[in-house]
Amino acid sequence: MTETLDTSTPLGRPIKRKEDAKLLHGRTNWTDNIQLPGTLHMAILRSPVAHATITKLDVTPALSQPNVIAAYGADELGDLNGSIPCVWPVTDDIVMPDFPSLAKGKVRHVGDCVAVVLATDPQHAADALEAIEVEYETLDAVVNMESALGEGSAVLHDDAGTNKCYVYNLGGGYDDVKAKADVVVNRRFVNQRLIPTAMEPRSVVAAPMGMSDEMTVWSSTQIPHVLRVLMALVTGIPENNLRIVAPDVGGGFGGKLQLYREEVLATQIARKLGRPVKWTETRSEDMVATHHGRDQIQDIEIAATKDGKILGLKVDLLANMGAYLQIITPGIPLLGMFMYPAIYKMDAYDFQCTGVFTNTTPTDAYRGAGRPEATYAIERIIDELAAELDMDPMELREKNWIKHEEFPYSTVAGLTYDTGNYEAATAKALDLFGMDELRAEQKQRRESGDPVQLGIGISTFTEMCGLAPSRTLGALKYVAGGWEHATIRMLPTGKVELITGTSPHGQGHETAWSQIAASILGIGVEDIEVVHGDTGRAPYGMDTYGSRSLAVGGQAIKKASENLVEKARVIAAHQLECSPGDLEFVEGQFQVKGDPEKAQPIGAVAFEAFTAHNLPDGVEPTLQGEATVDPEDFSYPHGTHLAAMEVDTETGKVTLRKYVAVDDVGVQVNPMIVEGQVHGGLAQGIGQALYEGAFYDEDGLPLNANLSTYLVPAAPDLPSFITDRTVTPSTTHPLGTKGVGEAGAIASTPAIINGIVDALRPMGVTDVAMPATPMTVWKTIQAAKGGQA
Amino acid sequence: MKHISVNVDGTQYEGEVEPRTLLVHWLRNDLGKVGTVVGCDTSNCGACTVLLDGRSVKSCSVLAVQADGAAVTTIQGLSTGDEWHPVQEAFKECHGLQCGYCTPGMVMSTVDLLGENPNPSEEEIREGIEGNLCRCTGYHNIVRSVERAAELMGGAK
Repeated sequence: MTETLDTSTPLGRPIKRKEDAKLLHGRTNWTDNIQLPGTLHMAILRSPVAHATITKLDVTPALSQPNVIAAYGADELGDLNGSIPCVWPVTDDIVMPDFPSLAKGKVRHVGDCVAVVLATDPQHAADALEAIEVEYETLDAVVNMESALGEGSAVLHDDAGTNKCYVYNLGGGYDDVKAKADVVVNRRFVNQRLIPTAMEPRSVVAAPMGMSDEMTVWSSTQIPHVLRVLMALVTGIPENNLRIVAPDVGGGFGGKLQLYREEVLATQIARKLGRPVKWTETRSEDMVATHHGRDQIQDIEIAATKDGKILGLKVDLLANMGAYLQIITPGIPLLGMFMYPAIYKMDAYDFQCTGVFTNTTPTDAYRGAGRPEATYAIERIIDELAAELDMDPMELREKNWIKHEEFPYSTVAGLTYDTGNYEAATAKALDLFGMDELRAEQKQRRESGDPVQLGIGISTFTEMCGLAPSRTLGALKYVAGGWEHATIRMLPTGKVELITGTSPHGQGHETAWSQIAASILGIGVEDIEVVHGDTGRAPYGMDTYGSRSLAVGGQAIKKASENLVEKARVIAAHQLECSPGDLEFVEGQFQVKGDPEKAQPIGAVAFEAFTAHNLPDGVEPTLQGEATVDPEDFSYPHGTHLAAMEVDTETGKVTLRKYVAVDDVGVQVNPMIVEGQVHGGLAQGIGQALYEGAFYDEDGLPLNANLSTYLVPAAPDLPSFITDRTVTPSTTHPLGTKGVGEAGAIASTPAIINGIVDALRPMGVTDVAMPATPMTVWKTIQAAKGGQA
Repeated sequence: MKHISVNVDGTQYEGEVEPRTLLVHWLRNDLGKVGTVVGCDTSNCGACTVLLDGRSVKSCSVLAVQADGAAVTTIQGLSTGDEWHPVQEAFKECHGLQCGYCTPGMVMSTVDLLGENPNPSEEEIREGIEGNLCRCTGYHNIVRSVERAAELMGGAK
């Protein structure tokens, strides 16, 4: 941060986190720590095959195993075998197959739930799964999306008669502009399947209360509020009898933005047996049963004039739904749909997406959710267009991006970007990167035929954050709204409870939200307790995903704090015997204008509001402010990321030598937290480019569904990062904030791959598949050499 | 069942365990030492790292019976909470944690790393914590935290 800080309020300062003390001392409350008396532990028999008819299922032998209390298949569970709903039916004719908690007659992916055992300890529950008698008659596995849509393919959902889930179209007119183009470049990119892999595995404890229909469910979830509504709809438990608690949650990245089968099973079985039921996944279960992300085949074509003006873009996606639809599976590619044109001006944009069922784990949100896929494709094709035009890739970007004076700007995809300054972020990034020196070194290495070539990768990205204006969500057929709620209570002692509908799992909301409220209320950050993640204490909210918590939830906190101050002002005026308009609110106290000696601290007002001995007529006791805010629009963070990639052309080994990220996330509430979010996003985006990928064989068997073989980057796999920010405040968000949770993950993947391709382009390489492992890069080089020979 | 006697965080515990019981499960389920967590089932993630007779081990890869007669230090025994261990202080100061799930293991590995090498280079730090996965921080601030902890603990500068 180079900006001068206003040190009069906590807003904008890198305050150390309130969350850290308990996390650093192991005094945490993860769901798996919860041990209630009488708990039954659930173990799940999962399908070992991708596609099969269940020809026999007998759970009764499990019942005679030690410590086993119950065992169920779909038949035994009957009406309690709830189905997972999809809340984003993107088209009128979308195929939405039944998605029962326990498979009914057929399994559709490795990890599909077949039966459960309940025992008094987790070891005996797991042991007893062995006793269940189950037989499968395997069917042809559907793994490849193009084959899935072909004639003669096996079909996952017999009633549908097709593996096509939906076709969605947007835009038009591309063919007209293409006819005028001098240059047309097209590519097929494969945005591979990823596994979110939050470090805390999922866990759920469902506890019925006495003989009533009341149920408390603790879950390692990002969405306690949404979960409560969905759980009520699925189970029939009255919503007002359900309390959902997300205690300490160890990461999510979209993977815990879900209603899962295991949550429904634990709740229904706890209800049936009248005892607490607990389930904690193993990591290897997680990697087949927690939803996956990405997995799109992207055919993209760009048309331009010979001097580099982009005319239009055409995108045709195949999006892998997996075996079933989780809650927002079909909508994920549509979050990307708006972002393919990115920061570039153009006249036409055609988009089509076909959702496809395959015998794989269902997909859904993973950090960025649709937007990383879009950003990857556009930033890659821009580099390919630059190569085709023999133009510097940054020059091509500058020629086509929206100039800072052109905002607000309505894009060809139908969005209106409120603000941005791509020039400023790029200038800062180039400066930090040392572009000229690196280009000189690249030239030198090329000329000398150095076996280690240097490549420079560029990504000038934007994203849409702050999900979302409710009307827009409605227009997209999403079943819920995108508002957020906050209640601020000042207690008689002057301490504050800040109740938020956001549900953090590592983002530092307790600190950042305290900073927002403290800056308005004029009190200390330490005097505020942030209450979250418990529908019993924080009843309203739409939770945490889509970089929405600050962008939307922050607005609610601001407004609720201001509402509290306005109520306090009326009480203070009564006490100071003046009119509210005569008071100014300075550093936590109301002062009579022109006579600052006559003053009342807000804490004293809170006590007056509590005793209610002397309140003005018509003013209700207690001091609190509430607000529920629907955002005016999305927010549009942007930035320029640059990567220097060394590629050993003899071995295929790739080394990320230098990474610069200049992000513009608008006003920063806590720059330390912002920077941490960027770092973590970068690691995941770089992970996609270089290390991660979930793969299946032709029978639909996962090839690397554990942490030994699915390569989450470790410390030696990454460098330190050079990060900075420019600050262009959002004009549609009252705090000027935009959101930062996903930026790093969205921007970095194309920067890395563009860098590798740049290093190898003189050898004839025009693309490298992800993850760009040494073997993949080496094979790509060999293929290019063969092509030249 | 096997009888074991293990000193954990300064208290001597006697226990009867199934031979297959992992140390981490004994710590969590029998002793209530839930500060130590489980993140995988292939010994890759390191979230369960504790000190066994002063050296870091992944407690998912040690049987409880193997700890018989030994001393175990978990994140909950590293400091009182009133006074923080320098590694804990450094992680807070440098924002070396986000969700905090890898943190107990990361901190215990760091304690061992700095015991062995009081002034590690960045590369040595990255290699030293290779067995501890973090999904939140990208390791950037964890590396800064370990450097800062080395400083606080008097490592040569």
